[in-house]
Amino acid sequence: MGNVPSAVKHCLSYQQLLREHLWIGDSVAGALDPAQMADHTEVMKGIHQYPGVRYPVLTPNLQGFHRAVAAGATEISVFGAASESFSKKNINCSIEESMEKFEEVVKSARHMNIPARGYVSCTLGCPYEGNITPQKVTEVSKRLYGMGCYEISLGDTIGVGTPGSMKRMLESVMKEVPPSALAVHCHDTYGQALANILTALQMGINVVDSAVSGLGGCPYAKGASGNVATEDLIYMLNGLGLNTGVNIYKVMEAGDFICKAVNKTTNSKVAQASFNA
Amino acid sequence: MGNVPSAVKHCLSYQQLLREHLWIGDSVAGALDPAQETSQLSGLPEYVKIVEVGPRDGLQNEKVIVPTDIKIEFINQLSQTGLSVIEVTSFVSSRWVPQMADHTEVMKGIHQYPGVRYPVLTPNLQGFHRAVAAGATEISVFGAASESFSKKNINCSIEESMEKFEEVVKSARHMNIPARGYVSCTLGCPYEGNITPQKVTEVSKRLYGMGCYEISLGDTIGVGTPGSMKRMLESVMKEVPPSALAVHCHDTYGQALANILTALQVTGEVRYSSTVHSRTGKSR
Repeated sequence: MGNVPSAVKHCLSYQQLLREHLWIGDSVAGALDPAQMADHTEVMKGIHQYPGVRYPVLTPNLQGFHRAVAAGATEISVFGAASESFSKKNINCSIEESMEKFEEVVKSARHMNIPARGYVSCTLGCPYEGNITPQKVTEVSKRLYGMGCYEISLGDTIGVGTPGSMKRMLESVMKEVPPSALAVHCHDTYGQALANILTALQMGINVVDSAVSGLGGCPYAKGASGNVATEDLIYMLNGLGLNTGVNIYKVMEAGDFICKAVNKTTNSKVAQASFNA
Repeated sequence: MGNVPSAVKHCLSYQQLLREHLWIGDSVAGALDPAQETSQLSGLPEYVKIVEVGPRDGLQNEKVIVPTDIKIEFINQLSQTGLSVIEVTSFVSSRWVPQMADHTEVMKGIHQYPGVRYPVLTPNLQGFHRAVAAGATEISVFGAASESFSKKNINCSIEESMEKFEEVVKSARHMNIPARGYVSCTLGCPYEGNITPQKVTEVSKRLYGMGCYEISLGDTIGVGTPGSMKRMLESVMKEVPPSALAVHCHDTYGQALANILTALQVTGEVRYSSTVHSRTGKSR
């Protein structure tokens, strides 16, 4: 992962640079490969768990769940899909089979008072099936919510959604799952993420998934972008006067750190604008 | 640009590639499907006019000087996309904007397709006359909501620029040439920082009052967010009707589409059937 001490030093001067950048300051004055994850136990055991911060981990099955708990995890997630093809290709089983596995995991988690979060992939489109009906998304979300997931994160996995399809999907899901138990997870592959998130916020959703620096490209579209950048999201929310409690400078610092470590340029436009300022 | 036949061949295969791309196809189908209408977002206009500014605002900021024949080919291709307004060039001194030095040749060289409008920037009377001589049938004037930006960008105060624009717009109107007004820095200025909605309103009102048929409100450095966009538009709409407004959002901080969506919703709510004009340019 590179030289940690010099990376830390670099981060300090980068933060200084950011504080002097007018528009970031204003933004604050105004409101989160199998090979990559192979070290899951070491990472979980190695991180410092800060008070007030939750550290969920993905646990696809009971085995993963038990390992996670043994490594110190206090919150878990299960990852379903609204598309049969995607479910089979991604986790090697049908939606129904995956739900049965998740029932076991979530049940065990609840017995141990460990909160479980449910993800639904492909809510606005699937790389194999194309369009996905809001009814299917609702069915899967309802199932996950019913088995005890405290929150359902609705993912636009390949970023093909637009404010229109986001609205239709949410209207359907909200008939079965209350907005307070919903989150959106928008990929920015087609540049639509912030507009889609804004739409979700206007409909009463107030939990949004994002990735620092917009890490994670799209495995279904070579060279395309992936997750919406946390920095860009915070910039928008700050401008709306919405409180996130998150320090955008520190996020950008972490983003700079990880981009240097993986040797790639940031996908965050806010970070790019700050660098070029 | 190399061997034209192979470039054309490349373009043909690229177009083919796009047609086969599922999600682009779906995007097209969605816009044409009347059944979509009822479940779209509320408070949106029925129709959105896109003003393409790539050939002017886009190229102006590219370091590489683009040859005249390439600019002409670029604009001709855009003319065949269904876009109804394409901003061609700027009749400004080549000393200030070298990229636009070939303004006369480009204006004369493009094919003016029926049903497409080709506005050009004309900062003063001299530029205006040159533009008309070169075949321009629509012009734009470019003001700012920031004194510092006005001085640094066009070398005069806001008041001085308005006086120049009055002359241009008056001449344009005498010749039945429509004039569009731009206001830069409506959501922030690189020199002054925050800009008040009141200042934007003042400048917009002035341009509208002198006869500009439309005022394009620019987030010149892309620092705006849906919150600041809403506040600014609410202020401007007290003096200029939404049907005479457009937004010009830069994507420097990745906020452009969210800001545009907000603009569509804010202006759409006031007059549902009004046409909201939005501009897109080259995002950086």
